[in-house]
Amino acid sequence: MTGKTTGMHHAPQRGDATVTPLDVAAIRRDFPILAQQINGHPLAYLDNAASSQRPMQVLDAIQHYYTHDHANIHRGVHTLSHRATDLYEGARETVRAFINAASVREIVFTRGTTEAINLVAFSFGQHLGPGDEILVTTMEHHSNIVPWQLLCARSGAVLRVAPINEAGELLLDEFVQLLGPRTKLVSVAHVSNALGTVNPVKAIVAAARARGIPVLLDGAQAIAHEAVDVRDLDCDFYAFSGHKMCGPTGTGVLYGREAILRDLPPWQGGGDMILTVSFSGTTYNDLPYRLEAGTPHIAGAVGLAAAIRYLTGIGMARIADWEAGLLAYATAALGQLPGLRIVGTARHKAGLVSFNVDGIHPHDLGTVLDQQGVAIRAGHHCAMPVMERFGLAGTARASFAFYNTTGEIDQLVDAVRVAQRMFA
Amino acid sequence: MSAPAPDLQSLYRQIVLDHSRHPRNQRRPEHADREAEGHNPLCGDKVRVYARLAGDSLRDVAFEASGCAICLASASLMTEAARGRTLPEVRALAGQFENALESGGGTLAGDLAALAGVSQYPSRIRCATLPWKALIAALDASPDTVTTEPMSPS
Repeated sequence: MTGKTTGMHHAPQRGDATVTPLDVAAIRRDFPILAQQINGHPLAYLDNAASSQRPMQVLDAIQHYYTHDHANIHRGVHTLSHRATDLYEGARETVRAFINAASVREIVFTRGTTEAINLVAFSFGQHLGPGDEILVTTMEHHSNIVPWQLLCARSGAVLRVAPINEAGELLLDEFVQLLGPRTKLVSVAHVSNALGTVNPVKAIVAAARARGIPVLLDGAQAIAHEAVDVRDLDCDFYAFSGHKMCGPTGTGVLYGREAILRDLPPWQGGGDMILTVSFSGTTYNDLPYRLEAGTPHIAGAVGLAAAIRYLTGIGMARIADWEAGLLAYATAALGQLPGLRIVGTARHKAGLVSFNVDGIHPHDLGTVLDQQGVAIRAGHHCAMPVMERFGLAGTARASFAFYNTTGEIDQLVDAVRVAQRMFA
Repeated sequence: MSAPAPDLQSLYRQIVLDHSRHPRNQRRPEHADREAEGHNPLCGDKVRVYARLAGDSLRDVAFEASGCAICLASASLMTEAARGRTLPEVRALAGQFENALESGGGTLAGDLAALAGVSQYPSRIRCATLPWKALIAALDASPDTVTTEPMSPS
């Protein structure tokens, strides 16, 4: 993310004894998956916005857990169950510290960002009725659109959409004007997955909370790229996925301000979320367990905690600086190619570049790049309204992580040139 | 990386690139006896196929499309291969084409052979087979939009 971004603090860093800015060669040795040839070329993995890769430290933590410590949690009286419970709850504390939440009661484990948003839509959504409004923006991922559409269909609520400009920036004045007496929730991306825009989330939260409206931030594209402080952001909900931050797939987190979580009705019933069950009535467990039914993804939480330790070991501020450098380099290098148009030119951007090349469909470009070892995403990026806004069928998208290098961006640029010659 | 990898040239054969740049029969006929739409929502390819019949044969076939080079070239090559054939021949050709791409089986006659390399690119096979599926849907007078994508999330 370039320049000063809003709502992010620089976490204390444990890895500062190593070189500055980043010893990327050493980091890459932790990621054996990166050291391979794809179609006869070194892999340049530039699809991190879809999913990042995992370091051995994360894989080892999961392996160690299953090899030595696994049992079911919260119920056994035996040693392994205690160990597994300690690891799972320890992971919750690691997440809490990572995002600076006030309490572990505010950390709900989910399958990912999508499930976290669905949890809010289902549970918080029970407070909504006909004519109530939910406000999102044009740049949302489908997972921050469809759960609200489903809620609207159930409740008679109405989904409102705040527009964006040609650069892909939220029109803040229009957003504020859409905050009305019937607005019951604001749900916006912290960072756009299709455009890279970093939204002015502190201004968004301030405007909404001044009117007593809670705010959910979809942090899927922010969490691995800058330090996130939910208390500084002052948001009510913050959702993110483990697999985009070097953690396992099938893991995610819903942060919820305790005062608001306390009033959420349960959304899935089952074990762990109850205190007592009887056919004459059931009582529910405390936070956060009330919102986590059934045996959770214990190993996933263990892996997620290892990923957080890995990221904080490097230092989120240094990760942000490195990726800002990659973004600047890629923007300049791609921008000099004739016939290439970058889609999403917000002043504050995260480390991804969406682009189109004249005369080459994004899927053809994706195939030609793959044949040269370059992995990018091509298509609508699960953000069809963004594509509609810009009148595009799709884009090619290169998205960066701290283990990427300028050399990989050179490889991308060379591969685009090859495609341009082929389709000329 | 001064030249495309050899396997890239097997996907984007010169004839495929030519048909994608200058698609034949990309037009909407004034009168069509049959028409049908193919749409792959995941990748965005969209093709509408128009057919004019004369008895038991395909007198004219044309299309409108927006999509990738493989989809456009396949639609264009399809119109040239199918026009003037009897309907059973067109259906047989569609079956051969689909078989050749999806299982690498059999051989494709004439210019259609230029698309055989697509079979090596699993994620792109659906781009090439979409126009054919739309053509068959048109011949069947199917009112539904057809797709060659599996049920997949978007």
